[in-house]
Amino acid sequence: MNKILEKTDLSDSVVKMVIEAPEIAGKRRAGQFIILKVDEKGERIPLTIVDSDAGKGTITIIYQVVGKTTAIMAGMKAGDEIMDVQGPLGNPTEIENFGQVVCIGGGVGVGVVYPLAVALKKAGNRVISIIGARTKDLLILEKEMKEVSDELHVATDDGSYGFHGFVSTVLQNLIDKGVKIDRVYAIGPVPMMRVLSNQTKPYGIKTIVSLNAIMVDATGMCGACRVAVAGKTKFTCVDGPEFDGHEVDFDLLTKRLRMYCEQEKQCYDAYRCECHGK
Amino acid sequence: MTHTGVNAMENKEKKVKVPRQKMPEQAPKDRVRNFDEVPFGYTEELAITEAKRCIQCKKPGCVAGCPVDVNIPGFIKKIAEGDFLGAARVLKETNSLPAVCGRVCPQEDQCEKVCILGKKGEAVAIGRLERFAADYERNAGKVSIPEPAPPRGQKVAIVGAGPSGLTIASDLVKLGYEVTIFEALHKAGGVLVYGIPEFRLPKAIVQAEVDYLKKLGVKIVVNALIGRYKTVDELFAEGYEAIYLAVGAGAPVFMNVPGENLSGIYSANEYLTRSNLMKAYRFPEYATPIVRGRNVAVIGGGNVAMDSVRTALRLGAENAYIIYRRTEVEMPARIEEVHHAKEEGVQFKLLTNPVEYIGNEQGWVKAIKCQRMELGEPDSSGRRRPIPVKGSEFLIDVDTVVVAVGTNANPIVPATTPGLEVNKWGYIVTKGESGETSRCGVYAGGDIVTGAATVILAMGAGRKAAKAIHEYLCGKKKK
Repeated sequence: MNKILEKTDLSDSVVKMVIEAPEIAGKRRAGQFIILKVDEKGERIPLTIVDSDAGKGTITIIYQVVGKTTAIMAGMKAGDEIMDVQGPLGNPTEIENFGQVVCIGGGVGVGVVYPLAVALKKAGNRVISIIGARTKDLLILEKEMKEVSDELHVATDDGSYGFHGFVSTVLQNLIDKGVKIDRVYAIGPVPMMRVLSNQTKPYGIKTIVSLNAIMVDATGMCGACRVAVAGKTKFTCVDGPEFDGHEVDFDLLTKRLRMYCEQEKQCYDAYRCECHGK
Repeated sequence: MTHTGVNAMENKEKKVKVPRQKMPEQAPKDRVRNFDEVPFGYTEELAITEAKRCIQCKKPGCVAGCPVDVNIPGFIKKIAEGDFLGAARVLKETNSLPAVCGRVCPQEDQCEKVCILGKKGEAVAIGRLERFAADYERNAGKVSIPEPAPPRGQKVAIVGAGPSGLTIASDLVKLGYEVTIFEALHKAGGVLVYGIPEFRLPKAIVQAEVDYLKKLGVKIVVNALIGRYKTVDELFAEGYEAIYLAVGAGAPVFMNVPGENLSGIYSANEYLTRSNLMKAYRFPEYATPIVRGRNVAVIGGGNVAMDSVRTALRLGAENAYIIYRRTEVEMPARIEEVHHAKEEGVQFKLLTNPVEYIGNEQGWVKAIKCQRMELGEPDSSGRRRPIPVKGSEFLIDVDTVVVAVGTNANPIVPATTPGLEVNKWGYIVTKGESGETSRCGVYAGGDIVTGAATVILAMGAGRKAAKAIHEYLCGKKKK
């Protein structure tokens, strides 16, 4: 059992939670994730560890309400308990002083790129960040990203805040201006990561993406999260979650992510009906 | 019929040996639509009748045939006498998981194989009797907890709460060690909870065994993937004086056939984990989904393949196939499992091997291109090698595939434990039966040493390593 200590709504559908998990807090490094199972009948879902406080023994997660599990969690409050939290899982991000890096986060992916920006900054990199969302209300962690970045760009698809357009356009502007970029970290929806990877490839800018494949055990046991990287099958949970974006088969990832669309909707709808009944 | 005629018949009947008693079970047409256990188990009467068939050999071969040396004639004698709780106590002297072993051990290759009655007729149904006694004790709520041993003040860490880890934990806690099991998943039991289906091993039984261990004083930390959560060296730093690695052969094997990553293609580990551990067969009450395929093919001929294909039927498959590259004779699955699968309507496509998976526009598997095989000369496993028949390709329409062709070593623990020797397949190297590894104080056993094997062999390894660790720690204390 892991107690929820804080819960904050970052937007209409995005929630931040600080959870008691002392062992994970002391051990985790940037880029790693947890598997969380909310109750006895819950599914196991992977969530990136956004932040941790080893002293207080807490970890921070950010999630978007997209299905039954996240809806249940959105209904929980500080003091409630999450049944199972397993971690830290996955390989930590390779952190070095690469020079000047660009950290790009889209939507809830800003929460995933944030710990990388923190670690990269600490390692001596000059960090340029680009964060984006569909609209202003969905933008998260602007203040936090600003604090760890030497330069922060904000973009919204509808132009309600910051640059009117996609994060990819902001990146292209930087490239066109001749800004030296030693590495790009691109984390967000699959179409965004695909576009950014395609975009940097001709320039030979190494681009790291963090994949959100469907997982079950997340210990390398089941292969649910298999992805094709440079033509080889890899398991996102133990070989990733980060891969070279230029080598990832995004088409396969997109298709595999749709595998349970129907059931997930069915499950979520049933849950919502149940809630309305009460 | 005359009066004397009746007498003669009675006499003749007495001379006829009592046959091996069948275990009542659900009819195939019923059970194929539910996940309840297939056999109901012996009644008391059936158990006593069967137990009385045992001739109580002075030098019982069956005991030697058991990897954990269960006193088989001893517990059977108790059943014959109607002392069922006594029978369970005898079992538990050497086997910490009798209700499990009675169900999933391959008795036909072990104790029952060497039963003297089997030479001329049918062996005593040792497994069924074991199961009966263990179930009787559990159902009666009379599971006895032994007096705790005086604490030795030495801590042992067990990595993995599968059959091997549970067995060694039971042995060491009874010797007075402070035992903590670290389990990567959210539930203890290992393959007993994620792999073996409910219809073959009800999870309530595994839970009862785990609860029993907790009552003995074993601590179980779940959600703790050693290698990530803590390393072996960190466990030593926390004061554990010996560590037993029983992490299983957890990595799935795929065949590197084109199209294997199409949607609808599962490893058996994933398919079974979703269904068993996560209870996806009760979706959406349980939140984990599973594809309920109409035409499901399972690749492989072992017990895991049988478990997968029978799960597919229970999930509503209209056609459930086993695709196996050799013949039924070479199938590694237990005869009983193959028999059950056939009764339930599984279609066996033997001497057949997948060469390609074909998908639709959405990337979902729609057919398997298969190749016919023929058997050639025996290979290193002693089984005849399957050879592809040229130009024999054909298609099988499917919407779900489960690849059940074996498992590999999970590399996480070896990769994070400097100095731990593994062989070329990644399995941990041990010295003899003690389970001693290349690292002082680190022992290993079960599938991570042997490769995928049986529950009872993993338990046997746990038992032997318990002795070795006990000797090691006694020696260490004296120093």
